[in-house]
Amino acid sequence: MLGEQIIKGMAVTAKNFFGSYVSKERLTTVQYPEEHLAQKENTRQFPFLVYDGDDWEKGLRCVACQICEKECPPKCIYIVKSKDKKPDYKGQPQLYPLIFDIDISVCMSCQICVEVCPFESIKMDTKFELSTDDRFGGLLLTKDKLAKSNSYYQKMHPQDAAESDAVIAGEKAKAEAKAKAVAEAKTRADAEAKAKAAAAAATAPIATPAPTTPPPAKLI
Amino acid sequence: MFDKLDQIFVTVLHWLVSFVPEGLRPVVSAMLCIAFVMAVFPGVFAITTVLERKILGRIQNRYGPNRVGIPFTKIRLCGFGQFIPDGIKSLTKEDIVPRAADKVVHFLAPVVMLMPVLLAYAVLPFGRNMTITDYDAGLLFFFAVGGAVEVSVFMAGWSSRNKYSLLGAMRAIAQMVSYEIPLILSAVTVVMVVGSLNLSEIVKHQNNYTFGIAHWHVFTPWGLVGFALFFIASLAESNRTPFDLPEAESEIIAGYFTEYSGFKFALFFLGEYLGMFAIIGLGITLFLGGWTSPVSFLTWIPSYVWFLSKLMAIVFVFIWIRGTLPRLRMDQLMNFAWKFMLPLALINILVAGIWHYMAADWPRWLVCSAIIFGAYAILGRGLMQNQNFSKRIYRYAE
Repeated sequence: MLGEQIIKGMAVTAKNFFGSYVSKERLTTVQYPEEHLAQKENTRQFPFLVYDGDDWEKGLRCVACQICEKECPPKCIYIVKSKDKKPDYKGQPQLYPLIFDIDISVCMSCQICVEVCPFESIKMDTKFELSTDDRFGGLLLTKDKLAKSNSYYQKMHPQDAAESDAVIAGEKAKAEAKAKAVAEAKTRADAEAKAKAAAAAATAPIATPAPTTPPPAKLI
Repeated sequence: MFDKLDQIFVTVLHWLVSFVPEGLRPVVSAMLCIAFVMAVFPGVFAITTVLERKILGRIQNRYGPNRVGIPFTKIRLCGFGQFIPDGIKSLTKEDIVPRAADKVVHFLAPVVMLMPVLLAYAVLPFGRNMTITDYDAGLLFFFAVGGAVEVSVFMAGWSSRNKYSLLGAMRAIAQMVSYEIPLILSAVTVVMVVGSLNLSEIVKHQNNYTFGIAHWHVFTPWGLVGFALFFIASLAESNRTPFDLPEAESEIIAGYFTEYSGFKFALFFLGEYLGMFAIIGLGITLFLGGWTSPVSFLTWIPSYVWFLSKLMAIVFVFIWIRGTLPRLRMDQLMNFAWKFMLPLALINILVAGIWHYMAADWPRWLVCSAIIFGAYAILGRGLMQNQNFSKRIYRYAE
């Protein structure tokens, strides 16, 4: 009969209307400023600088090589190199950035800077609530605002951070091994030289034996 | 105590009027009544705009507006403060008049829209002794001023010099003229049974109780059909879904008020909602007992509370229908009006006559219900039979 289907349709909408008050699962809306959806593993917004340890100025991995500055397509990175050098995590003296600015009003989140960085020092952040009423200063992130600890990175992107940590550990181990080898070679050479000297000046057949254990290599 | 609460507005009016000199009393009284209407119904309109968005949201499993509350606090009032920023926005927007528009008519149209709608409130009984003008031909007056809305719609559509506006206006005229006939014919039944055009009289006629249940007209066979017809026709008269062809936003942008912006748009919006409330108020008065309570043990609740709660209940059903039904096509709209509603309204007049002249006993219930049910079944079948759903052939686009 006429009107049957209208009644059915009205029943459906009524069910939805009252159901939305009863069951929370029906409402798919996320009440944004109060609630947040969990972000995806690969979320990326704007770059930041990683530092190790607690002191951001000391632990900054960046060595001001300016590769990212040159590669950045929209040219949003500005770096000024330091005159002096600071030891990096390997103990090697390195330059550091006096100024490191990223203009996020220009940045297009392409991640090229991250890909070209040989020092695992620039990574992508997931922070997106960056609106500000100061359109120039507020959107220009300076070094102190960009520096974020490695533990923050590990929490944010566990997988990528683990990879990056492995690379750094590898580099460190390599450097250590090299240092060790150098130290060993040095001690051996020293011992040999000593032995030779002893043999050459051999008035006594029994010389004092050379120390078999090498002195502990300098770690850093 | 409850009687005093029931009559509080009347008492306050008399008390206020007693301060002014004798000669000015009618004028002051009228001004105060106008102020009352201008305060209450736009207020209801403001609440309804939020309520509509919230209900539609809930029907679609969304929250709807739930942010705006009291400024500078965390109190959100479930978003019921939303109408304040909406109002500020429409007041501060630029008022654009098209260069080719007929500027005078373009300016007058929203005013002409609002005036008859507000006039219609003059005859509605909002509560016991709360009719502004207790006019003997109240029903006639209501329909007469209601007819003026069509003029304003066409003024708006014509003066805008915009094809969408004109299309919307044409549709609006066709629709309003077609649906005014079943609207009035369904109201005629009430006039036949009550024997008066005075709306207060009509309410008084329904203010009797048998076994604790009120004698509302909707509880009789002819009243039920009359109310259904009146309800559908009032949906069409107030341009609401599924009869929102005049302002079908997916087809003709906003219909006759496409070229209106800012405060003039807000006036149209206000006029439309106030018209809707007025026609719902008339429907309540004619069929749902006006300000009377449905059961005798709830008569202590003030009469204006009953009127307003009935109004809001019907507004809820309007919104519910809007959330359910899609828009009709123009031919469906016309078919429905002329092939279903008009014959049913005429048969309903016959039934009301039979009801009036048969003895007040169960046979008249049986006879009237049988006639109405038969007519409904036959007319409904006729309406549905003519639909031949075949594959659409595009003659030129193949």
